[in-house]
Amino acid sequence: MGPMKNPPPVRRIVVDDEPTIVEPPKRRNGAAQTVKDAASGLLSAPRKREAKRGKVKERMRTEELGIAYAGKPAVKNVSLTVNQGEVLGLIGPSGCGKTTLLRSLNRLVDQTPTATRTGAIYLDDGDVDRLDVTELRRHVGMVFQQPNPFPMSVFDNVAYGLRERGSRRPSRAALRPMVEEALDRAGLLEEVKDNLTHPALRLSGGQQQRLCIARSLAVNPGVLLLDEPCSALDPRSTSIIEELVMKLRSDIAIVIVTHNLQQAYRVADRVGFMYLGDLVEYGDSDQVFGAPKAKRTREYVSGGFG
Amino acid sequence: MRRSRRPQLSNLPRPRLPRRNREVLSDEEIVPWSIGDRIGLAAAWFSGLLLCAIAASIVLYMLIRGLQYVQLSALFEHPVVQSTTTITGTGGGYLDPIEGTLILTALGTLIALPIGVGIAVWLSEYARPAGLARAVESGVEIVAGTPTIVLAIFGLLIFSKSAFGFLSFTAEGGAVFGRSFFIAGMMMSVIALPLIVGATREALQSIPAHVREASYALGKDKISTIRRVLLPASRKGIATGTTLGMGRIAGDTAIVILLLGATLTLEKQGTTPVVSTLKGTGSTLTSYVYGNSPAGEGNSPAKAYAAAFILLMIVILMNFVVDLMSRRRSDPWAR
Repeated sequence: MGPMKNPPPVRRIVVDDEPTIVEPPKRRNGAAQTVKDAASGLLSAPRKREAKRGKVKERMRTEELGIAYAGKPAVKNVSLTVNQGEVLGLIGPSGCGKTTLLRSLNRLVDQTPTATRTGAIYLDDGDVDRLDVTELRRHVGMVFQQPNPFPMSVFDNVAYGLRERGSRRPSRAALRPMVEEALDRAGLLEEVKDNLTHPALRLSGGQQQRLCIARSLAVNPGVLLLDEPCSALDPRSTSIIEELVMKLRSDIAIVIVTHNLQQAYRVADRVGFMYLGDLVEYGDSDQVFGAPKAKRTREYVSGGFG
Repeated sequence: MRRSRRPQLSNLPRPRLPRRNREVLSDEEIVPWSIGDRIGLAAAWFSGLLLCAIAASIVLYMLIRGLQYVQLSALFEHPVVQSTTTITGTGGGYLDPIEGTLILTALGTLIALPIGVGIAVWLSEYARPAGLARAVESGVEIVAGTPTIVLAIFGLLIFSKSAFGFLSFTAEGGAVFGRSFFIAGMMMSVIALPLIVGATREALQSIPAHVREASYALGKDKISTIRRVLLPASRKGIATGTTLGMGRIAGDTAIVILLLGATLTLEKQGTTPVVSTLKGTGSTLTSYVYGNSPAGEGNSPAKAYAAAFILLMIVILMNFVVDLMSRRRSDPWAR
């Protein structure tokens, strides 16, 4: 976390009441100035990403995507693209629909019986509804908030996605190169290469989360969805995972949902700010944090609410 | 109960009494326990201690009596049968009852385990339609609450039908007795079932939703998620339920007396090696104790004490194993 020059504005929390948006403290020369001051603390934080991006290629796109739970809209009319070569950060206050948006990209919202969807999602220009859901999820990996390795060995965790159900099961020897490659890409191979048969649940929290990333990478997805991947981890593990995200973004399109604005600023090339189901602002990270267009975004990134 | 305002032993109010004048103390300074609370606390202490005393006296009494009469050699000797139609036997050892207990426990568990795990998986992972799920749940509860003697008489009624003759001891003329290890084992599985369902279901439900989702997110369907992730993760719960069920089976008497046939030794039916025993009749430690106790026909308390001691040891051992397993059990994803 970078040093904050200004003390953060006071958050007022009213229990059992409509969410109250607290206006940022007014100064004589207007709100914009205030926001710039507040955001300058954020902008001076060390960034993980390099200023220059590699090749950018569209992998996923949503068109007027809407998700409702039992008729109550959670995501409204969202159109955005997910590009390989850059990290898309989704920010916004709790309950704003960013996790729902993320879970719709691999159709995990289908698990919720009351969820309905409007609009379309495209993966490499193909409608995801035309794909078998298991096929889609092989192309779009996901890592969750809580590290959740399966109760089996490190090796079996990574090999889990590679093993097909039913008849011909590939042997361990055949899987080994793929498992090691995935662990290597997740930066975990050095730490576990002698203990591949150990239970995965004995690893530390940060290692478990990298194992979950390795598990997703093993099936070679084109898109990786990260749902607050560091919120259960300590700062050191968080930093390792952020480095990893930076390394991975050139081969994989990455979407990261985070509550941590500093983290979004550190790792995201492009940022989407969501509020009450709307994608309020979507653009270059520097622009969203440095010169937000919408008032809500300005308030949120300056720490006015959330 | 941590937030209960009732005073507990650890936080008894300790009013500081000024030495001089007790009369001037106001009610705010001394909060005396009401008489009801005092009686309640005493009753709680008394019941806890009483239970310990009962458990200790059972174990100690059986230990003294059992060790007095138990002979190692008797564990490996067949009982001496005076008449093939009674479960009493004054001579010999208790090899047959021990074998009977082990066979019946194994058989009951083998039948109950897959069915119980299946019911638990369905209840925890599918449970649609909701009405059917409620019906299954109450079914499990009813079975759990049914006295075993009722189950036994029900089993006798069903399995005495000639259609089930292939399962049981049959007379020369073709009459179906409805008594055999098969039939007793099946009814025994019914009493172990609710315990297995309960423990497995609890274990499955303690697995966080995101673990299931992680498997779906890797392109796996529900079946392989259950098979490869959820069942391995609930292994300890399944084992706990199974062991509890085994204890119930080993300790049950009513089903044995009604459905295992009133023979002291293992009587085989037919010639096929294993099937002949399972179709045949026999006894268990529980029926042996019953038959030889002063209440039974045998009236041979020494034998009864010894057999009861062995049974108690088996059941205590099982409970001990359960305790070990549940103590190690923890939620690996909780952080």
